[in-house]
Amino acid sequence: MKKYIKSLLLFFCVLAVTQSPLLANQEHEESASSTVKKFNTGDLIFSHIKDSYEWHIFTIGETHLSIPLPVIIYSESSGFHCFMSGELHHGTHSYQGFKIAQEGKYQRKLVEVMTDGSEVRPWDFSITKNVTSLLVSILIILIVFLSVAKKYSANFARAPKGIQSWIEPIVIFICEDIAIPSIGKEKYKKYVPFLLTIFFFIFVNNVMGLIPIFPGGANVTGDISVTIVLALFTFAITCYSGSRDYWVHLINAPGIPLWLKIPIPLMPIVEIISVFIKPFVLTVRLFANMTAGHIVALGFYSLIFIFAEKSVISGYGISILSITFTVFMGLLELLVAFIQAYVFTLLSALYFGLALEKHPAHE
Amino acid sequence: MGLVMPEFGLFFWMLISFSILLYILKRFAWGPILQALAEREKSIEDALKSAENAKEEMLTLQAGNEQILKSAILERETIVKEARELKTSIINDARNEASIEANKVMEQARAVIERERSAAVSEIKNLIATFSVEIAEKILREKLKDNSRQKELIQDSIDQINFN
Repeated sequence: MKKYIKSLLLFFCVLAVTQSPLLANQEHEESASSTVKKFNTGDLIFSHIKDSYEWHIFTIGETHLSIPLPVIIYSESSGFHCFMSGELHHGTHSYQGFKIAQEGKYQRKLVEVMTDGSEVRPWDFSITKNVTSLLVSILIILIVFLSVAKKYSANFARAPKGIQSWIEPIVIFICEDIAIPSIGKEKYKKYVPFLLTIFFFIFVNNVMGLIPIFPGGANVTGDISVTIVLALFTFAITCYSGSRDYWVHLINAPGIPLWLKIPIPLMPIVEIISVFIKPFVLTVRLFANMTAGHIVALGFYSLIFIFAEKSVISGYGISILSITFTVFMGLLELLVAFIQAYVFTLLSALYFGLALEKHPAHE
Repeated sequence: MGLVMPEFGLFFWMLISFSILLYILKRFAWGPILQALAEREKSIEDALKSAENAKEEMLTLQAGNEQILKSAILERETIVKEARELKTSIINDARNEASIEANKVMEQARAVIERERSAAVSEIKNLIATFSVEIAEKILREKLKDNSRQKELIQDSIDQINFN
C-alpha cells in the first residue's frame, strides 16, 4: 500500500513541476505593473476555502505554482469544451471564449463571454480542486478499506493486525454505539454500510482538509455541494425506509389536540417541514463547521501579514502568537473533524431509527 | 453568498463518486469486514461458552468423585462394622457350641462313671455274699463238730417249729 501512495505522490509532483514553469512565465508581464498590492484578508481566505479550477500550491513573489486541472464545460451555445485550466493562466486570460469571472455574481467561476459582452454561466463539469481532492480521498479510502477487507478474509477469525486494529474499534463503535442504539437490534444491519461509509468519508475528507499542502488543504467537506449530497443520501434512505407509522404520524400525529390540525393544519405543516429541515441541518452543520475551521486558521495566518504591512517586525512578533493559535486550532480541528463525522453519522442513524419506529397504538 | 450556493459540477461529481464509493465499499469492504467481525465474535463467544461448559462439567465431575469417595468410605465403614459383628458372633457361637459340647461330654462321662460304679457295687455285693456264705459254712462246720451240739441245735430248731 505504501508503494501506491508513493507512486501517487510522485505522479502529482511530476505533474506539478512540469506544468509550473509554463504557468510561471506569463505571470510577470501583467502583475509587475501593480507592484505593491494591498493585502486583502477576505480575498485570501475565500480563495482558499472556495473551489477553484487549479490547485494552488504556493506563490513566491509573482510566481504562482499550481497544478492545472481539467476543465469540462457544456455550453448551450457552443457545446462541449474540454481543456486544462493552465490555459486560463490563473484566471488572467480567456480561452475558447471562457474566462474566470473576477467579480460579480459568478466571481471565481468560469463564464462564457457572449458576443454582446454579457457573461453566461455554462454547465460546469470541471474537475476542480475540490473534485480532485474528493477523488484522492476516495482513492485513499478505497485503498485502505479494500486492503483491510482482504486482510479480514485472509486473517479469518483472528485478532486484528496492523491497519485492521486502527479501523476495527471505529467500525465496532459505529455498529454498537451508533447503529444499534438508534436504529434497533433487528434492522440496524441494513444501514451499517451506509453509516460506515459516510463516517469514514467525512472523517477522511475533514482530515485531508487539515493538511495544508497538496493533496490536502481543499475544503471538501466545507463545500455545501458535498454536504448536500451526503444529506440527500440520508434523506433518501430515511424516506425509503419510512414505516407506515412514520408517514401517518407526519400527517396526522395522534395525541395532539384537534384544533391544531383541523381548520389550519398547523402540526402537519410543522411535521412536514421538519422532514426537510433534518437534511438541511445536516448539510449546514458540517459545511459551517469545516468552513469555520478553515477561516479561523487562515485568519490567524492573515494576522501576520496584516501586521507585517504596518511593520515587518510586528509581523514577525505576531507570527509567534499566530502559529501558537493555529497549532491549537489545528488540534481542535482534528477533534472537530472526528466529532463532525460522528455527529453526521449519529444523526443519520437517528433519523433512520425514527423513520423505522413502529409506534404502539395510542389510546 | 457564493459560499452557500451549491455548485452543480461538484454536486454532480460528488453524487457519482460517492455512489460508486458506497457501492464498492458495501460490496467489497463492509461485507467481508462485518462478516469477519461477526464470525469472530461468534467464535469467541462459543469458545467462552465451551470453556464455561468444561468448567461446569469439571465441577460436576469433581462433585461426583467426592460423592464416590464419600460412599466408598461409608461402605468401608459398614464392611468393617459388619466384619466386627461377624467376628463377635462367630466367637460367641463357638463359645456356646464348645460349652454345649463340653457339657455333653461331662454328662456322658458322668453316666459312664455311674454305670461303672453300680457295676462295681453289685460285684462287691456278690463277693460279700459269697464270702459270707463261706464264712458261715466254716462257722457251721466248727460249731457242728460234736454230736451233742448237733442234737441241741436240732432240738432248738424243732422247738422253734410250731405246727399251728
